[in-house]
Amino acid sequence: MENVKSQENKQYRIALRNSGLIDPGDISDYIAFRGYEALGKVLTEMEPAEVAKMVKESGLRGRGGGGFPTGLKWEFTLKAPGDEKYLICNADEGDPGAFMDRSILEGDPHSLLEAMVIGGYATGANNGVIYIRAEYPLAIKRLQVAIDQAREMGFLGKDIFGSGFDFDLYLKLGAGAFVCGEETSLIQSVEGKRGEPTKKPPFPSESGYMGKPTTVNNVETFAAVPPIILNGPEWFQGIGTETSKGTKVFALAGDINNVGLVEVTMGTTLREIIFDIGGGIPGGAKFKAVQTGGPSGGVITELDLDTPIDYESLKNIGSMMGSGGMIVMDDSTCMVNIAKFFLEFTQDESCGKCTSCRVGTMRMYEILEKITNGEGTEQDLINLNDLARSVKDTALCGLGQTAPNPVLSTMNYYKHEYEDHVYNKKCTAGSCKALLSYSIDPEKCIGCTACLKVCPTNCIDGKAKEVHVIREDECIACNACFEACKFDAVIKP
Amino acid sequence: MTIRSLDDLAKIREENKHKVGLRESGQGKEGAAEILVGMTTCGIATGAKETLEALTEEIKAQSLENVRVVPVGCIGYCFSEPTVQVNVSGEKPVFYSKVDEEKAKEIVQKHIMNKEILKDSVLETDYGKA
Amino acid sequence: MQKQHEQLKTNDFVELPKEHYEELETYISGVKDKEGSLIHILHKAQEIFGYLPKEVQLFVSRQVGIPAAKVYGVVSFYSFFTQKPVGKHKISVCMGTACFVKKAEKILDAFAAELGINKGETTEDMLFTLRDVRCVGACGLAPVVFVGDNVHGHVAVEDVKDIIQQYRKGDE
Repeated sequence: MENVKSQENKQYRIALRNSGLIDPGDISDYIAFRGYEALGKVLTEMEPAEVAKMVKESGLRGRGGGGFPTGLKWEFTLKAPGDEKYLICNADEGDPGAFMDRSILEGDPHSLLEAMVIGGYATGANNGVIYIRAEYPLAIKRLQVAIDQAREMGFLGKDIFGSGFDFDLYLKLGAGAFVCGEETSLIQSVEGKRGEPTKKPPFPSESGYMGKPTTVNNVETFAAVPPIILNGPEWFQGIGTETSKGTKVFALAGDINNVGLVEVTMGTTLREIIFDIGGGIPGGAKFKAVQTGGPSGGVITELDLDTPIDYESLKNIGSMMGSGGMIVMDDSTCMVNIAKFFLEFTQDESCGKCTSCRVGTMRMYEILEKITNGEGTEQDLINLNDLARSVKDTALCGLGQTAPNPVLSTMNYYKHEYEDHVYNKKCTAGSCKALLSYSIDPEKCIGCTACLKVCPTNCIDGKAKEVHVIREDECIACNACFEACKFDAVIKP
Repeated sequence: MTIRSLDDLAKIREENKHKVGLRESGQGKEGAAEILVGMTTCGIATGAKETLEALTEEIKAQSLENVRVVPVGCIGYCFSEPTVQVNVSGEKPVFYSKVDEEKAKEIVQKHIMNKEILKDSVLETDYGKA
Repeated sequence: MQKQHEQLKTNDFVELPKEHYEELETYISGVKDKEGSLIHILHKAQEIFGYLPKEVQLFVSRQVGIPAAKVYGVVSFYSFFTQKPVGKHKISVCMGTACFVKKAEKILDAFAAELGINKGETTEDMLFTLRDVRCVGACGLAPVVFVGDNVHGHVAVEDVKDIIQQYRKGDE
């Protein structure tokens, strides 16, 4: 491990430091790259409170999306009364379009195990659980192999590093429920129940798994812990922005040339990520927007591309860090349709416990469907906005509170697209099926002028016995030409 | 064996230290070489398993003794999977993109055996690490 | 998750292989914290039976010692569990954001039209089940379609017929 951050490199890897460099199935590879050294140092030289303090001083914040200071979370659990405490890793990467945790689990499973033992020591927990999606079979297999190897070498089990500290962990499988990314839901699911959220307080650090003090951290957060211990909190402090330290992994996908995972220091701009690292938009298409934060986030337009990324700046421009999904969209993407896509997701994933999310997301989805079908009214736009705000304010958990974000942010930046759908019955991006424009098939048109005569806006050009053409921008999609044509030459959307 | 102290750990690390030099900067025993194949879900979906098998077979067919094929995680360059990293002692590590079975054989014959880099397939990487 | 509630009728029980029940019973008896491991047990049951009909849910409820309503509550909550039998080939069209942006909706429509079923349904010959799935994390290959364990990346509408034909042929 070199402690220098090279200036010329666009990316800097902390969480992904070993990915692609070591054999995930061979513990000696991990050890060769300083694996388990941080754990040895912690167990033989430090007190639990010192470890939590060190992580707090580093400035590390939760990488699952919330951005809560990790060291502080650890301190809460450590200070909570009780002998029996738990540490849970949230590996239920549910954001559709994010896969950085999967990459760490498959490529460097030991870094998670090592960090979890450190976290267990720092929070006073002797038992850990990795809650992982059943949709990641390879990650599950590799984690299980890694756990067996770590047990065999004594990194898990009794009296680790001869320190007297015991810690063991096991896997719990999810079964496909996005709401389980919410820590209280996740705990319910780990207990084998329906993953419905519970109210906070009490926070998991006081009463979590089986009613005991529990810490829940995300995979990427854990992956940053061993380097912090080895290089010191000052090193980590020195990377990033004022409020957000270290690096963040993003899953870059959508209309982008270099689809993949990128790990950049906090403060890198979106433009650098999309155009320098990501190689820009394929096929010479025009950049339209980038979506971060998944179903809880929002869209970011060209105007904000030079924003240095951190937790606060993204919130200020109406999106959020989220777990790291970054979807780039070109101008063939309809923003109303994208909002509908996310609402379809959240209304389907809503657990149904609180009315505001259960009913609110459904009604929002219905309005969006109406709009994309060309049946929206002015009142729908008003209702949609009101509904979005009330769901945001009244939902029980993070899923519901953030579900309206994609709607609010697209309505804010792309109001004209909503209005186009409602007033002009038009989808300029050309993706809302019901609103696609009418055209004439030149193969079939014989130039009889029947359509031209019935067109109420006179937007069909053509002379007798010549192929006719519809001027799309004036067409109101009344269907009259379609009915008038006897040769099936008018193509209806 | 069970690790009971930092010294125990240091011993194992020492035994495996040669891997670090070779993979990070190409320093290793004279004649040693390693081919790392990215084997995560997306790599495997694009044919990394077949690539790995082709590499292993070709190495066997050419009776090369000091060349190891190692399955690793991914470097995150999904657009160029399957990706392969070639580490030959005394040379800077080289990344290749979209390595199918055909290209795998070529890598063994040209790069490993003749130190001739397949220029058209080289993948430029741009990251530093902790 | 507001999954459609599939009615549990009281009559017409399905006869399922005895050895499957025995295999599940052996598995459950080896589990220490049975109630806390309900989700794991249901995963195993679905692996053995292929789906989780009411008979299997009742069996699990008796073996674990919790009310059948609770078992049903968990089964209907998680999208991974299915209460209907599935076809030989499960076609899963990824509808994660990256695939969606790459027009996965059209691919799903094409499969539905070609097979003559809606998403979530199975063809009459029990050969194909069509589903939309959440992100499978292979965004680099978007739009992605899984048929069983096989991955088809960068799928275009024109490829749909061929993909189906490929698996039809394989069965002959």
